[in-house]
Amino acid sequence: MPVITYREALNQALREEMQRDDRVFLMGEEVAVYQGAYKVSKGLMQEFGEMRVVDTPITELGFAGVGVGAAMVGLRPVIEFMTWNFALLALDQVVNSAAKMLYMSGGQYKMPMVFRGPNGAALQLAAQHSQAWESWLAHIPGLKVVTPGTPYDAKGLLKAAIRDDNPVCFLEGEMLYNTKGEVPEEEYVIPIGKAEVKREGDHVSLITHGKMILVALQVADQLAKEGIRVEVLDLRTVRPMDVEAITATVRKTNRAVVLEEGWEVAGIGAQVVDYIQRECFDHLDAPVLRVHQEDVPMPYAKSLERAAKPDAGKTIAAVKKVMYLE
Amino acid sequence: MAKRKPQPKPATKPAGKSVSSKSAPAAAQAASAEAELNRELLYSMLLQRRFEERTAEAYAVGKIGGFCHLYIGQEAVSTGSISLLRPDDYIITTYRDHGQALARGMTPRALMAELFGRADGCSAGKGGSMHLFDRNLNFLGGHGIVGGHIPIATGVGFAIKYRGGDQVIVCFMGEAAVNGGAFHEALNMAALWKLPVIFVIENNRYGMGTAVERASAINDIYERAGSYDMARGVVDGQDVFAVRAAMAEAVERARVEQAPTLLEIRTYRFMGHSMSDAVSGTYRSKAELDEHMKRDPIVLLRTHMEEAGEIDEAALTRMDEEIKAICQDSWDFADQSPEPPLEALYEDVLVDTTSDAVAEAEAAA
Repeated sequence: MPVITYREALNQALREEMQRDDRVFLMGEEVAVYQGAYKVSKGLMQEFGEMRVVDTPITELGFAGVGVGAAMVGLRPVIEFMTWNFALLALDQVVNSAAKMLYMSGGQYKMPMVFRGPNGAALQLAAQHSQAWESWLAHIPGLKVVTPGTPYDAKGLLKAAIRDDNPVCFLEGEMLYNTKGEVPEEEYVIPIGKAEVKREGDHVSLITHGKMILVALQVADQLAKEGIRVEVLDLRTVRPMDVEAITATVRKTNRAVVLEEGWEVAGIGAQVVDYIQRECFDHLDAPVLRVHQEDVPMPYAKSLERAAKPDAGKTIAAVKKVMYLE
Repeated sequence: MAKRKPQPKPATKPAGKSVSSKSAPAAAQAASAEAELNRELLYSMLLQRRFEERTAEAYAVGKIGGFCHLYIGQEAVSTGSISLLRPDDYIITTYRDHGQALARGMTPRALMAELFGRADGCSAGKGGSMHLFDRNLNFLGGHGIVGGHIPIATGVGFAIKYRGGDQVIVCFMGEAAVNGGAFHEALNMAALWKLPVIFVIENNRYGMGTAVERASAINDIYERAGSYDMARGVVDGQDVFAVRAAMAEAVERARVEQAPTLLEIRTYRFMGHSMSDAVSGTYRSKAELDEHMKRDPIVLLRTHMEEAGEIDEAALTRMDEEIKAICQDSWDFADQSPEPPLEALYEDVLVDTTSDAVAEAEAAA
């Protein structure tokens, strides 16, 4: 099976879906001539032309709204935000227009569109460029929120997102674009809303999504050497969340740690813990712990940034705590 | 340097008046067609007026809740501009949307039922006064966030161009929307990409209670289009013929040249901002209101038609009675329409289809 980068996987998904359906177009800053700030759209303008791969001015609110309008009348826009940090300017369109149009029109106007771009911190980009937005977006009924952590998931889920008739927020990771993984040559689509056990184990469940899947697998490797068998559950989609998969893993291991990139308060982990206490109350052998970014804006200095981020060390400590090993 | 585009002049007379060069039968035919058109315009405007009078009444007795913004005084804008559109053109507007919905042909029943929050409403009772939608009329909604719908209009223009169509989209907004970023972002892209969008500013002089000169650094709002090298004009919004003349140019520009236009249509709201707002007293005086009410767009059109011999007192009364009966019927219909079933609460949050399903359905059909 070919091994390709997360970036190439996304590029393949876009190309294949644009070949498949001429209503699909890509719009955003630097997507065409520059071929993408992160080169996700490399070669697409050359193949599909400037009407289908559209450079915009720096106007997130504006072009997010353009996508909404195009989707209302039957096109299938993929709106790229150079990063989700900039998408904050477009939230009125994402939340008030895209998420609510179907409902407030009494079912008349569906929104077949994707908002996508890198989410979360990279390295030393400081406070305004280092934020994980999924809990904000997952709060909103009418949206789907997808957070692939591997090239395989990135491709299969982006194809599903483009084919979905609902607005899908698709959160990639700047630090993920260069990561590699196996991606089959033949066509596949991964259903939105389905979690996946990325590694089986029976001592403790480590539930995570997005970029943190890499940390979780690292933790599982390390703890395996100590004889601790960690089951890693990758949510892949945080709205709708796969409650069945969460329930299954926690009932199996009776212990859970929830790992996420974003902040603690009202985070994704808080929702996961709520499902666990409802569905697995009698199965728990320890309180569920959470690992997340420290409750501060992201600092610039390398040492402080490292301390602010969730990492393997913090996760291992949490896992050992729920196993009463420390 | 952007060239100043010619401004549509307020037309004091309807277009097509120069009948002298035509033969007598042709002239008679033209005059008759014109009289018929004018009757349709008057009917449309009067329907909006009478409907909203009943709306206010229904609100007062608690049949309608929430925010409710009346359009009374501005009817020449909706009727004049929408009368120039084809059925396959698009309209998008603000939360002050009753007038445009009726002018576009939404049935008073569907509209009143929506205001009453009933299942037969145009948005199935889920939108209310501010969110009127009708897919069959290409009526893309009333939108509640000031300026939020303007980029959506640009997106519809983009889609028209993407498909190579010759439709246009008309985007109505209040004058207060021009001070927000969405307006500028949307106009810039519409001009940059040459999209068939007609931005219609209904300048009723007040953004809620803030007068235009207290909110905008320039008072000639249409000049804002100069920043985007966009065709623009200012129009007397109480004169339905002036609105039609300006819109005719703008529609032609959009349809033929695929170029956008910004029209500032100056009008006046005879009622408060919403139902909780006194008609006058705080931000505008009774004297000012009285002065503007002398130029009631319906009275102006009626007077013109009476002077032209196109309508008489008896015909007017008949039209008014017919409209009042239709409005009463819409009230009765809305009253009898069921409340949305509780199952509807969870419906239409998401659809469970994909483009595959659509393709399969199309293939099956």
